[in-house]
Amino acid sequence: MSRFMTIVEKLDTLDKRWVFLVVGLAVVVSTIFRLTFPERPTPMVCAIYEKIESLPEGSRVLLPFDYDPGSEPELQPMADAFVRHCCEKGLVMYFIALWPLGQNMVDGVIRRVLTVEYPDLEYGVDYVDMGYKAGNEGVIAVILTDLKKLYTTDAHGSSIQRIPMMEGISNIRSFDLILNISAGYPGLKEWIQYAGTPGNIPVAGGCTAVQAPLLYPYHPEQLLGLMGGIKAAAEYEALLLQGYPKFRNDKNRFQTALTRMGPQTIAHLSIVFFIILGNITFQILRRRRAQERQSQQRQE
Amino acid sequence: MKRTIPLLITGVVGTVLVVAYFIPHPPFDSLREDFSIFFDIIASVAFILGGGNLIRMHGSRISRKESNWPYSVVTVLGFLLTLFVGLTKLGNPNGFLGSSVTTSGSYFYAAYEYIFRPAAATMFALLAFYVASASFRAFRAKNAEATILLLVAFIVLIGRTFVGELLTSWLPDSLHFLTIPYLVEKIMVVLNFAGNRAIMIGIALGIVSTSLKVIIGIDRSYLGSG
Repeated sequence: MSRFMTIVEKLDTLDKRWVFLVVGLAVVVSTIFRLTFPERPTPMVCAIYEKIESLPEGSRVLLPFDYDPGSEPELQPMADAFVRHCCEKGLVMYFIALWPLGQNMVDGVIRRVLTVEYPDLEYGVDYVDMGYKAGNEGVIAVILTDLKKLYTTDAHGSSIQRIPMMEGISNIRSFDLILNISAGYPGLKEWIQYAGTPGNIPVAGGCTAVQAPLLYPYHPEQLLGLMGGIKAAAEYEALLLQGYPKFRNDKNRFQTALTRMGPQTIAHLSIVFFIILGNITFQILRRRRAQERQSQQRQE
Repeated sequence: MKRTIPLLITGVVGTVLVVAYFIPHPPFDSLREDFSIFFDIIASVAFILGGGNLIRMHGSRISRKESNWPYSVVTVLGFLLTLFVGLTKLGNPNGFLGSSVTTSGSYFYAAYEYIFRPAAATMFALLAFYVASASFRAFRAKNAEATILLLVAFIVLIGRTFVGELLTSWLPDSLHFLTIPYLVEKIMVVLNFAGNRAIMIGIALGIVSTSLKVIIGIDRSYLGSG
């Protein structure tokens, strides 16, 4: 067997640990050098941005955070970007969670964005954390007609009646927009099916990249915009940078998705490299085996 | 009686919820709301059942010393410790009644922030390595179907990065339909839409027929009778 064929056979049965090493190095190196690439926003992302831009000051936005730490690296940048945009527009934010750990995600965004970047905003006046409720789509079905029947207190145990911004809120129809971030069930699909469509309320949101293809069919009638994964979050950040130049100051804080797209791009490229490599070795070996079979048949 | 009452409850609740969707007026709308609240209460109680079941399952694994039983010890200890620090609000800076269980500084918060969160993110991050390895082994142009799948995956993977734009940015406007971003959009918006909608309609029809069987009482598998 020629030296070339030996190399090809070795590559064809390459130990997966080499693949892990290359992907690991691709991610680590691009993270260390903080590689970033320009992003061109896609129409689905632009639709969400434009919807928020079009809302008048004081509009009510329901922000259900239905994800957990497993998908936090992918979804947290879009949560931060949504909240920043709502703050800049002077929208009133109502946080809610249908995932037990969604509550922690809400805590995180309040701690990270609202209290640090917008200290002037007042809890109970500009934003409220209504906390987690068990029941999945059952919760949505109830609050579609009567929100206060299920939510009697906020996440900290304060009576809803004593929270100024809860005045005038009777059910989901009291909101101008539902901006959901989800990593599975219950999530964006349930908000569309049980709140957006029956209540005729605009729904938009973000989800993990693997979930996005399952949600595209709802666009544009039932879902005005969709952000799939860190790429869409980076596109949204790019839009915010265009619209609000003050976000250009602190890259570490305001461009987390754009920064995370660097490692993702390099990781994707390394996967593409392995797919090409795998196919080249596969085709060479297939051709060789076919030739061997032919010569064997001729001998017989 | 043990079977008739659950069947009756399922039949009545199912029928009312279906009717309420088409006739959202009294008494159906209020009944739907009440049933949804019952569901939320049951879902909350299910957490207690879930906790009890976890202890029972892992407890029996530990007592029988089944394979990998030390992992069960970790699970049970983790569960009990988290439950204890959560219920007692241990280390909560504002005391037991002062603030929420998730307040920064409490032991519960520390368990979440310094153990659960990094562990969950690590598990999720491992996917990237397995996806790379699986792509190397599985995405092979063995036949026409596999070649199409490979090409589509290739275009979408590249198109999800800046490189996708860069590779075909030199193409003139008349060949815009060959640019990778355009191809990705068409794959996701046309091909994916059509395929997914067909699957969704199929699933919905399946759910309707299964639900009808449950409501009418033909399918009793949820009662454990198969």
